[in-house]
Amino acid sequence: MLTQSSNRLNNLLVPILSIILGFIFGALLMLVFGYNPILAYQAMLTGVFTSPYFFGEALRQATVLTFTGLGFAIAFKAGFFNIGIAGQVLVGWVSAIWVALAFPDLPRIVLVSLSLLAGVVAGSIWAGIAGALRAYFGTNEVIVTIMLNYTALHVTNYLIRNVLGTGNTTERVGENASLRLDWLTSLTAGSRLNLGFFIAIIVVVLYWIFMTQTTAGFEVRAVGLNPYASSYAGMSAAKNIILSMVISGALAGLGGAIHGLGTFGNIFTQSGLPHVGFNGIAVALLGLGNPIGIFFSSILFGVLDVGAGFLPNRAGVPDEMASIVIAAIIFFVGANYLIRFFLDKVQTNKQATEGGE
Amino acid sequence: MNIMQLLQLIVSSSLMYAAPLILTALGGTFSERGGVVNIGLEGIMVMGAFMSAIFNIQFFGTFGNMTPWIGLIAGGIIGLLFSLLHAVATIHLRADHIVSGTVINLAAPALAVFLTRAIFGAAQTGPLPRAFGRSNIFLLHRIPVIGPIFFRNTSGPAYLGIVIAIIAWFVLFKTRFGLRLRSVGEHPHAAETLGIKVYTMKYAGVLISGFLGGMGGAIQAQAIHNEFGILTVAGQGFIAMAAMIFGKWNPLGAMGAAIFFGFAQSLARIGNYIPIVQDVPGIWLQVLPYLLTILVLVGVIGRSEAPAAIGKTYIKSK
Repeated sequence: MLTQSSNRLNNLLVPILSIILGFIFGALLMLVFGYNPILAYQAMLTGVFTSPYFFGEALRQATVLTFTGLGFAIAFKAGFFNIGIAGQVLVGWVSAIWVALAFPDLPRIVLVSLSLLAGVVAGSIWAGIAGALRAYFGTNEVIVTIMLNYTALHVTNYLIRNVLGTGNTTERVGENASLRLDWLTSLTAGSRLNLGFFIAIIVVVLYWIFMTQTTAGFEVRAVGLNPYASSYAGMSAAKNIILSMVISGALAGLGGAIHGLGTFGNIFTQSGLPHVGFNGIAVALLGLGNPIGIFFSSILFGVLDVGAGFLPNRAGVPDEMASIVIAAIIFFVGANYLIRFFLDKVQTNKQATEGGE
Repeated sequence: MNIMQLLQLIVSSSLMYAAPLILTALGGTFSERGGVVNIGLEGIMVMGAFMSAIFNIQFFGTFGNMTPWIGLIAGGIIGLLFSLLHAVATIHLRADHIVSGTVINLAAPALAVFLTRAIFGAAQTGPLPRAFGRSNIFLLHRIPVIGPIFFRNTSGPAYLGIVIAIIAWFVLFKTRFGLRLRSVGEHPHAAETLGIKVYTMKYAGVLISGFLGGMGGAIQAQAIHNEFGILTVAGQGFIAMAAMIFGKWNPLGAMGAAIFFGFAQSLARIGNYIPIVQDVPGIWLQVLPYLLTILVLVGVIGRSEAPAAIGKTYIKSK
């Protein structure tokens, strides 16, 4: 589905129509259950866009989704389904907090870099395991990453309870490990939007450069498009599988580290895998694997995530509605054959009438 | 606790945790034998669990002690309807199977909790009026020695799962339907040349997986959690998929693997009573099923044993 199409307009129309259809589906569902969809969507949008605090929070959520989305996208470009993003976020998060708590007295720039690096390393190892098993044993990466997700969940909870803390949460990291930028916090009326947002923008640019301007990026794409032709051309399949999974995990781990240091400043036991992992998959699919597309998709989903909080009070709608809309959008992206089919029909009809004149 | 009681405890709790996995893994087998990857089993289980919980609460007054068994059917039917989405998306709309499965997994928990809130005003249903509980298996529990260990005070749904596994094996390997389904998963073009309706067979595979997966979810809600909430299923669908692969896409293998995973999961709960196991730190028992799955995939299964045309979109020739 991320393959090139000759028709650029259609490539842009598919995600836009999917978003519209997703919202329409959500509205129909609300009507069926006797809720007012206009009131609900209005509550979400005005809630987020009229308050600097909630807009900042939406961008903060978008920051993490950008990382998880890019992480998923690069593995997908190479032909792999890294469903383990959520687990990689979690190991990145716990590692960053661990380092931040272990060396509280280092200078801020050193400690922040080290903690983020810890997240990157942990995430890339976690995904690298799946990559290496795939490369050398042909093991299905979908199942391995799913299993590693639950392993990460239990190990992280164990570390929080027994190593990093004593209860269900760790202490907060010190000022020297925080990603907080005072001007940004005051600009957004005290939201948790932080330095991570700018790191995300830099990573989006780096990702674009890597994929389109470097040989390594070209190889990753080539292996994804046709593994047989690539290996015939002398590219190592094993190397590219592992490389793409490691970068994928590194991005997810960085996202987890930024989530930990920037959003929460600590880590607490999780009852399930973090949603930012699975929503990152959604972001990548909606962005069609394009870094700019992924960035804007994460802002949309960030707004939906934060806006969901307004649904129960202002519209009386359960806040799961936002997740249903997200799932519906991705359904239409996935089933884009449907949309392309109708777009083609419209275009051929147009050509036919123009030809007749 | 004497050795008999200990064995009885291990067997019955392994079976209790295995029951949802057996049915769901069998479901996965049907779908993948027809060539459709179904990672949406997790979401299908969520819908089945939700539906059975609602049914249990609404109809306890009508059906009394039979409620959980009829709730099982209700869960299966909603699972079937939900899997229709996956079938249409992957077969007719040519969606990537993993993408469509991911949509199911994103949508199901959101939808189920949305509906739970719409109906109950809370994110959980609260305790169910009648759960499966433990039962004796008809007559078999009277067999000396074996009876008390395997058939007394044990999980009814697990034995239903075992029976269905045997039927599923027969259907897949000894009937015309099974042969056709498998041929569609191996080589759809060849199957179509022989006059087999490829799309119909694929739909059948996915819908059977939805029915069985929904029943699996219903057991999870009515036998293990005794309520429905966001954490009721929490990854069991994925474990069931692993059991299917572990069992090499064979219903009996999938059943055996599911029982093994049930045993591994029960260790984290009953490990304290078992000598040796009680000295193993809890964290190892918790991650054991997952690490074992990876080891098994690497060591035992090796390269593709899966149906040859799995995960590929089949475009019908005109």
